[in-house]
Amino acid sequence: MRAIRILAAAVAFASAASLAAAPAAASAAAKEPIKVGAILAVTGPASFLGAPEARTLEMLVEELNAKGGVGGRPIELIVKDTGASPEKAISFAKQLIEEDKVFAIIGPSTSGETMAIKTIAEEGKTILLSASAAEVIVNPVAPHVFKVAPKDSLAAEVIFRQMKKMGITRIGFLSSNTGFGKAGKEQVEKLAPAFGIQVAVSEVYDKGATDLTAEVTKLKAASVQAILNWSTEPAQSIVLKNVRQMGLALPVFQSHGFANIQYVKAAGPAAEGVIFPASRIVVADQLPASHPQKAVVDAYKKAYEARYKEDVSTFGGHAWDALMILVKAVELAGPDRAKVRSAIENLKGFVGTAGVFSFSPTDHNGLDIDAFELLTVKNGRFVPLGP
Amino acid sequence: MTLELLLQYLVAGLTYGSIYAVVAIGFNIVYNATGIINFAQGEFVMLGGMVAVSLQRSLPLPLAVAGAVGATAAVGALVEVTFIRWLWKPSVLRMIVITIGLSILLREGALLAWGESVRSLPYFTGDEVTALALGGVRVSPQVLWVLGTTALIVAFLTFFFGHTMLGWEMRACASNRDAAALCGLPVRNLVTLSFVLSAAIGALAGAVVSPITYTSYAIGGGLAIKGFTVAILGGLGNSTGALVAGLLLGVLESLSVSALPTAYKDVVTLTILLAILFARPSGLFGSREASRLKDF
Amino acid sequence: MRGSRHLQVGLFAAAVVAAQLVAQASGKGFFLTQLTMTAYYTLVVLGLSLLMGYAGQISLGQAGFFAIGGYTSAALTTLDLSGQRGQAWVAALARARLLLARPDLYGGEVLSVQPWAAFGLAVLLGAVVAVSLGVPVLRLKGHYLAMATLAFGTIVSSVVVGTQRLGAADGISGVPPFELGAGIRIGGGGAHRLQSYYLAWGLVALAMLLLLNLIHSRAGRALGAIHGAEDAARAMGVDTARLKLQTFVLAAVMATVAGSLLTHYNGGIGPSEASVMKSVRYVAIVAVGGMGSLWGTLSASAVLNFLSLRGYFGSYDDAVFGGILVLVMLFAPAGILQADLRGILRQLAPRRGAPGGEG
Repeated sequence: MRAIRILAAAVAFASAASLAAAPAAASAAAKEPIKVGAILAVTGPASFLGAPEARTLEMLVEELNAKGGVGGRPIELIVKDTGASPEKAISFAKQLIEEDKVFAIIGPSTSGETMAIKTIAEEGKTILLSASAAEVIVNPVAPHVFKVAPKDSLAAEVIFRQMKKMGITRIGFLSSNTGFGKAGKEQVEKLAPAFGIQVAVSEVYDKGATDLTAEVTKLKAASVQAILNWSTEPAQSIVLKNVRQMGLALPVFQSHGFANIQYVKAAGPAAEGVIFPASRIVVADQLPASHPQKAVVDAYKKAYEARYKEDVSTFGGHAWDALMILVKAVELAGPDRAKVRSAIENLKGFVGTAGVFSFSPTDHNGLDIDAFELLTVKNGRFVPLGP
Repeated sequence: MTLELLLQYLVAGLTYGSIYAVVAIGFNIVYNATGIINFAQGEFVMLGGMVAVSLQRSLPLPLAVAGAVGATAAVGALVEVTFIRWLWKPSVLRMIVITIGLSILLREGALLAWGESVRSLPYFTGDEVTALALGGVRVSPQVLWVLGTTALIVAFLTFFFGHTMLGWEMRACASNRDAAALCGLPVRNLVTLSFVLSAAIGALAGAVVSPITYTSYAIGGGLAIKGFTVAILGGLGNSTGALVAGLLLGVLESLSVSALPTAYKDVVTLTILLAILFARPSGLFGSREASRLKDF
Repeated sequence: MRGSRHLQVGLFAAAVVAAQLVAQASGKGFFLTQLTMTAYYTLVVLGLSLLMGYAGQISLGQAGFFAIGGYTSAALTTLDLSGQRGQAWVAALARARLLLARPDLYGGEVLSVQPWAAFGLAVLLGAVVAVSLGVPVLRLKGHYLAMATLAFGTIVSSVVVGTQRLGAADGISGVPPFELGAGIRIGGGGAHRLQSYYLAWGLVALAMLLLLNLIHSRAGRALGAIHGAEDAARAMGVDTARLKLQTFVLAAVMATVAGSLLTHYNGGIGPSEASVMKSVRYVAIVAVGGMGSLWGTLSASAVLNFLSLRGYFGSYDDAVFGGILVLVMLFAPAGILQADLRGILRQLAPRRGAPGGEG
């Protein structure tokens, strides 16, 4: 019977612990805060995505609150770390919606998690601004669900246009076994034929892969004219080294996951000449002053790098875009959920880090092919690829 | 498949295989001395790489590597003294679970200390693009460093266990602990030494392979499973077996990429492990009698 | 005594109802969500507790079986066979009432497998795999099962991440609810929260009753004998290998069932559910609650899973479970509730060391 007493004690303990952990009832403050939830993969296998996103949000919220918040109301940010587990995302989404009654949710960082909570957010009539890229997030369109990351198909198109220009017709394709890699693989295999390009070999490697010599050997055996790698992992740097060490002088293309200078640093001289699409945040300092995004990306880059002493990445940029779109909508429409949702849906020409957003009731992504610029690596720096 | 391609796969396989072998040898040293499978072995390899990278910012490369080896060896000693030494006749089950828990703690500690980013030492000779042409195959000089270091480790251990007093004492302790104790051998310290030794060799391997593979806080787990597969394959406790099994497994894994989708590379390794466990748990080179006597 | 067992389960049922009423009354009705998910995870650890406590074996593959259950259900119930309606085998399946036509995301109609059929298949698969794994390994002495299940768990994890049909890294979403008839379903909609809660914990109560009966039966006593001294038990004629196998399969099947049902509740599953880290967490929970102590394990599961799902441990979730594992195994290997504090202190105090004494 001891066990029963213990069971009762355990239930009591759990209730008490959760009551203690639950946010204190909002005092009747004159200015009630706007609660924004964030479901991000801050640690774990997708931390390349979630950690910069969380840092960006924290930095931005502080900045905004220092200036008086939004419409005079401070923003209260609640960040939940899922470690890229969809079941945690589900639990946190329900918690944020039912319990914390957040105004909107930013994230999740990965497509798998986003799809897991898409219906939950819609049912809970809570605006969801996802930082992940899968097309199925906004197709079919759910009224409350938006995404701020550009479509993978656009990245693939930009790459293929360049390949066609360079006369490449036969490529080897490598991707990681993450959601990002998988989505890229789908788009690449679907779109390549339209550009007259044959994907001779398509290999998926483990995200933790530490050597891709065997895979590159397979590509070499297939006599490809160029190599395209699609991942967000350090494997991006590893594949470059493997290719150059094997003496393959082929052009190497990467996905927009390469848009973080740490991969260039890690690959050293092997990164020279790599071609990849990216949003302009990574070449902010090289944008002409007349470029519409210049002011926004410059400001974000300076603030982020000064505070966190690390290079900006497009992923952190997604979080910036998500929050600022929300803020803009609240400024336009006031703190009413339905009105803010419509405001986002009708937002046009919003300048973000990933590009210029123009939403519509049928387009909850808002970015088109101009969001991407083709870049290359020269002397260890990102530079726009010339004509 | 041309000869050149085959050789390319072979070299890749040998490189990885030698790392797995070193991890397996580390498993074996501790297993022999204590009967424990130390799941934290993979984390020692990770620590070697991470600490070396941090030290290398202020020390010349050889000192950084030596420092990393020393620091990790100290961690190994600390782990043994704090968590293992004072346990009174622990069951094998308990020990397995404890070392699993320890490996998690070490990994999370590394995450706390170094963050999630990935890092590596500079290449010992040359850089990211240099490659030596050996008989039609292009090989990074770092690969030679890895193979050389593994050979050195094996040679050192052979000498140590074969020709030094301390090595003999450890062997005595491994073969019959109580008898060794009765003979007046400092059994407790020898156990600590086994942890120190396995941590040190793991760290050295981790440092020398990091330019090729990068280190981050999470690499320990995968390495432990691979190293463990190799240890069982070669016969638990048999370090020569571990060496051969490691190279064999590395090459098999590498060749499997030429035939199967890369996504299933790990599945190949693990299926081999299961097959061994089913058919011949004493491993390719282990003796059936010896494995029956041990608790595992 | 059977009476005492029924009383225990009855008190447990009362506790479940009380918890729900308290949550509702204090305005924290949303706790029920995490509590429901916790119930399914509890099913996984109950079987494991029996395996670790009585058969003395450790399984690092419970997450693998959970994944087999979840992914089988998810894959089959999100399959679209409407394009193959004309084919003979599809028609045959439809005639056998194994298929279900339902609306999909885009407003069209898909033809997929009935949840209960998928469930049955999942359980069958889990059992078959468990037997295949257990038979060769459990006849060996020692802890080869731990290693085999570790390998198995990693294989499952690699396979689900590497296979496009199983959603690869994104997992499978859009899994329909499991209709049990009479309007009762296992599915996650907010309106069904109360129903889902009672269904889940009802299942746990059922499992407890079954397991308690098992422990007090002849088989259970034989299992207890194995735990105490395996060689002696074998000498007495107990078929230890067979009993260990049966316990292993039972634990595996419970995990498979939990996986399938939770997937319907969540509406999907991801590769994170198959990871070895999850298996380690299950082991940690059993260690805390006490191997073999069913009520202890249940309590530990309720508390730890609930807190973890609510994000109480933040980014240190894994570290907490690792730390718990180490601390419990060092100081209270029989479980926190059975900890012998004085014994521990005696162990820690400096001993008058015999020369070269045991470390």
